[in-house]
Amino acid sequence: MSADLTELYQQVILDHNRRPRNRGKLPTANRVAHGNNPSCGDECSVYLQLDGDRITNLSFDGSGCAISQASASLMTTQVKGKTAAEVQKLYDEFHHIVTTGETPEEISDLAAFAGVHTFPARIKCATLGWHATLNALKGDPITATTETHKD
Amino acid sequence: MNPKPETSYPKPRPALGATRADFPILHQQVNGKPLVYFDNGATSQKPRSVIDALVHYYERDNSNVHRGLHALSMRATDAYEGARTRIAKFINAADPAEIIFTRGTTESINLVAHSWARAHLKPGDVILTTEMEHHSNLVPWQQAAKAAGATLRYIPVLGADAEGGLNLAALDTLLTPAVKLFAFTHISNTLGTINDAALLCRRARAVGAVTVIDAAQSIGHAPIDVQALDCDFLAFSGHKMCGPTGIGVLYGRRALLDKLAPDETGGGMVVTVTYEGATWKPAPERHEAGTPNVADAIALGAACDYIDSIGRDVIAAHDHHLGQVAMEKLSAVPGIRIIGPRAGQPRGGLVGFAFADVHAHDVVTFADEDGLALRGGHHCNQPLMRKLGLTSTTRASFYFYNTEQEIDVLVGSLHRIQKFFVG
Repeated sequence: MSADLTELYQQVILDHNRRPRNRGKLPTANRVAHGNNPSCGDECSVYLQLDGDRITNLSFDGSGCAISQASASLMTTQVKGKTAAEVQKLYDEFHHIVTTGETPEEISDLAAFAGVHTFPARIKCATLGWHATLNALKGDPITATTETHKD
Repeated sequence: MNPKPETSYPKPRPALGATRADFPILHQQVNGKPLVYFDNGATSQKPRSVIDALVHYYERDNSNVHRGLHALSMRATDAYEGARTRIAKFINAADPAEIIFTRGTTESINLVAHSWARAHLKPGDVILTTEMEHHSNLVPWQQAAKAAGATLRYIPVLGADAEGGLNLAALDTLLTPAVKLFAFTHISNTLGTINDAALLCRRARAVGAVTVIDAAQSIGHAPIDVQALDCDFLAFSGHKMCGPTGIGVLYGRRALLDKLAPDETGGGMVVTVTYEGATWKPAPERHEAGTPNVADAIALGAACDYIDSIGRDVIAAHDHHLGQVAMEKLSAVPGIRIIGPRAGQPRGGLVGFAFADVHAHDVVTFADEDGLALRGGHHCNQPLMRKLGLTSTTRASFYFYNTEQEIDVLVGSLHRIQKFFVG
């Protein structure tokens, strides 16, 4: 297996793919958003329990490739307790990682997705759950799709 | 084609391997491995003769067709109309005027869905299609039915893996005189199912329904005789049969085409234009407004020559053989679910499969590392995927230049993928 592929499918990603965290519908959710990538068929729904603009709890549901599902799973562990502004900042950092492969030292598990940058077609998989969460935070009822975005 | 491959296919010809020399693109490495191109269902590769036809046209003959009186325009016109005649012969159309050049299968089907349906469909009418259609032979009919207040009905597929093909017994109740148009695929791009097109056309004719065959997957893979099939319309793309992208054909019976109102209007398709209105030429010109895709039409003619030099019966036999080899070898991969006809049953040269624990896109990314070009996703077949309880499948689709050894590369890759993700 090539170094690029090993980098893409890091243990952290395989682990989240096999044992997704916070999966399923959240009964206490007060915000929901759906994301899909029509050409892949990847789907991801995000359920947020918001207190003001702070995410107090969340879950995700959906189907798709290991990258999209693991990214959504990991995302749920990273944004819990964060405000909308903090989530946006975290996403910007994540986006930088998956598009450039550069990993800032202070970020932990998100760095596992650095390998995505060598597979540009998969960037939209990695960002799907994040887009759904950002839409849910905005209260945007429109289905998020990462396919019309440059990323 | 009468799909009775179990009896009528000749033995595969080993010399087909020699055709690889005709395809410059096949001789390359991908990720350090020899390219194994198994995405022929999406598009086939192009032989040198087709590439040369394009280059020759642009280097020697390029000019606008029709109405031109200079040498280049006459050469271009002769070559363009020659391609039309060549393609008519390729599918045994009675008249070259029955060949309308389009961008591809999608545009061909849309032309019928717009022009024919607009003129003929009334509220209460039925359009019949099947549950195994590509979106291109499904969405245009949904739109046409909605516009006319007509109903769209589907012939069901049989079996948890759609292994039983179309439920032909359902034709008795579904194919009634209310059906004005029956559109179906010849070979399913997702399942590999080969439909008995002649039978379906015969049944449709018995109730007076117009037939539309989506031949995208069969045109370069099996002998097609539109007169023997007795279809009304047949749609295909050039790029899946060794031709260029951006060129395709709508075959239509002349009597229908001449009466069909044009979907697009403009230059080249008119007889007389006044400030008040215009009159249309007969087919094919009335359906080819504007400057046509001359170069690609000519190259499609070259593709017909190339394919006929091999023989479509030989290609069909090779497809069948590789399909069976793939079925046998893939069945042994742990955790695999293969959809479509079972081993031993007639099958086009493609195999679609899924793993419970590995998504198709992860399969395709991994296989790419081994030089394999596969396709993963819903294959423009979302309703069928949903019916089969799948979100995506991986498809390996073959052509005459593919070999058994390449299937071994696929099998080896799938074993490694399964091991990596599932352990």
